[in-house]
Amino acid sequence: MTTKNLLGLGTFLITVFVLVPVGISVSGRWDFYYTLTSVALLSIGAAGVWLTFYIGRINIGQGAYALIGGYVSAVLVVKADVSFWLTLPLAGLFCTTVSVLIGLPILRLRGVYFAMVTLVLTEVTRLSALALPVTNGAKGITSIPLPGELSILGLTIIPDFATMQNPKLAFYLLAAFLMVVSYAVLWRIVNSRLGHLCRSLQQNEELAASIGVNVAYLRVLAYGISSFYGGIAGAVFVAISQSIYPSSFVVTDSVNFMLYCFLGGLGYVSGPMLGTLLLYFGWNLLSVAKEYQLLVYASVMIALMLAVPNGVLSLFDRKGDRK
Amino acid sequence: MTAILHVNGITKRYGGLTAVNKVSFEVAKGEILSVIGPNGAGKSTLFKLISSFVPATEGEVLFGGERISDRAPHKVARLGVVRTFQETTIFRSMTVRDNIIVAHHLRSKASLLGFFAGSRQARADEEAFGASADDIIAFLCLDAIRDELASNLPQGHLRALGMAIGLATQPTVLLLDEPFAGMNHDETMKMVANVRRLRDERGVTVLLVEHDMPAVMKISDRIVVINFGEKIAEGTPAEIQSNPRVIEAYLGSEDAAIGM
Repeated sequence: MTTKNLLGLGTFLITVFVLVPVGISVSGRWDFYYTLTSVALLSIGAAGVWLTFYIGRINIGQGAYALIGGYVSAVLVVKADVSFWLTLPLAGLFCTTVSVLIGLPILRLRGVYFAMVTLVLTEVTRLSALALPVTNGAKGITSIPLPGELSILGLTIIPDFATMQNPKLAFYLLAAFLMVVSYAVLWRIVNSRLGHLCRSLQQNEELAASIGVNVAYLRVLAYGISSFYGGIAGAVFVAISQSIYPSSFVVTDSVNFMLYCFLGGLGYVSGPMLGTLLLYFGWNLLSVAKEYQLLVYASVMIALMLAVPNGVLSLFDRKGDRK
Repeated sequence: MTAILHVNGITKRYGGLTAVNKVSFEVAKGEILSVIGPNGAGKSTLFKLISSFVPATEGEVLFGGERISDRAPHKVARLGVVRTFQETTIFRSMTVRDNIIVAHHLRSKASLLGFFAGSRQARADEEAFGASADDIIAFLCLDAIRDELASNLPQGHLRALGMAIGLATQPTVLLLDEPFAGMNHDETMKMVANVRRLRDERGVTVLLVEHDMPAVMKISDRIVVINFGEKIAEGTPAEIQSNPRVIEAYLGSEDAAIGM
């Protein structure tokens, strides 16, 4: 890593963990915590979608995994009295398992065909949540307790959220921490041989097979990691809102995850993070347009995709280098 | 010479159409063998059957006595039978050197997790791949374009890159798909020399499918001729040139087309 990169990373970490909390407590705009927490969590889900783009698949199904992850956490916390901190990885792993089972057949599809199946996946998940007894149908699961204490060997790592003076800040820090870890993992994947192989898949699967790459395995691996991210994001969302309904994540959310990636740039690891930030705030700012909000939003999106097809980050990258 | 690759009565049918019909031949170790035939004779299908990119309807391909038909292409590549593609099949948005490095995948000793964690083995692998890629670049005289994006390359270089990718896997048998197509005379002669050196200096057995008759006659130890999906002749270039069935198959085309 170059000095410039380290400096950038340092600035980013200080902004996220110091400047934002300080700025909010000075200005008293506590509502920003909820917004920024949402951005952090959504960008984790978007990071997963970005990884599926990276192997050359358009994924419009991340909402399904966010919903599944949310329900896994909610059901375990409410019905089995499991600690939220344990349900977090379990939600991710459950999503990975589901995505491997679904991915094995559907990842053979390419282009728009894969995209259509993933789009349907979100709707199927919503309908399943309505129908299954364990999810409590349309009434959803409500009054989910806040995350309890996390202690290892009697040492308290994270105190009980219910006893905290400011759980909003705690949730923000949790989401930001998860986001930083997710993107660090993603960065490492992309810059290791794994990423090199993913790029080979994205560019030509036949050639990749001819040089001995197990194409099917790699596709499922990437999709599994992608869905893990979706599940984690969903689980934390549920912990914050303390409730989950079949409509908590719908097709629109799946589409948004994809748009975050497009907007930020598919060639850049930090693309989905920036995309999420811009789109989330952009949408909120456009509320001044009242009933024309969606119209303006859509027009701006179309204009942006025409003007900067490789994402906003490509504006800062004259060489068009993919890293 | 011992045979390293056996093609035993291989057949491929697409519905009612028989693209390849009971073709059998053997490839000896260290040999350059060409498969030729008029357009639509089934050369490409035969090529895909040998590299296991399409499943055979009947018959089998044995490599070193082991059956490789019906195996996934990446497994066949792992055993040492590697194919190249025609010019457009490369990793377009990678540099020439990155194309070759990624093709070293088969030779990595570290696991994917090892690469992720940056283990000692992974770093050693990366270093070895880089060195080997530079070696291949020098071998095929690609130094001038090593950092060029593959999508910017002219055809002649693309072919060479395709071969470099194949070479990076350290194949025992390299299958070349029309390596001389669309090349001018000078480029063809360069490629012919490269393929020869591949065999002479690296001991790679080469099986190629090709249209360019003068090049095939020049380069091949033996030639297999197929027409309408069936093998009609097999032998040295001299034998093939005087074989009446071959001449008949090419009737209507210029005599020069079979190098006479």
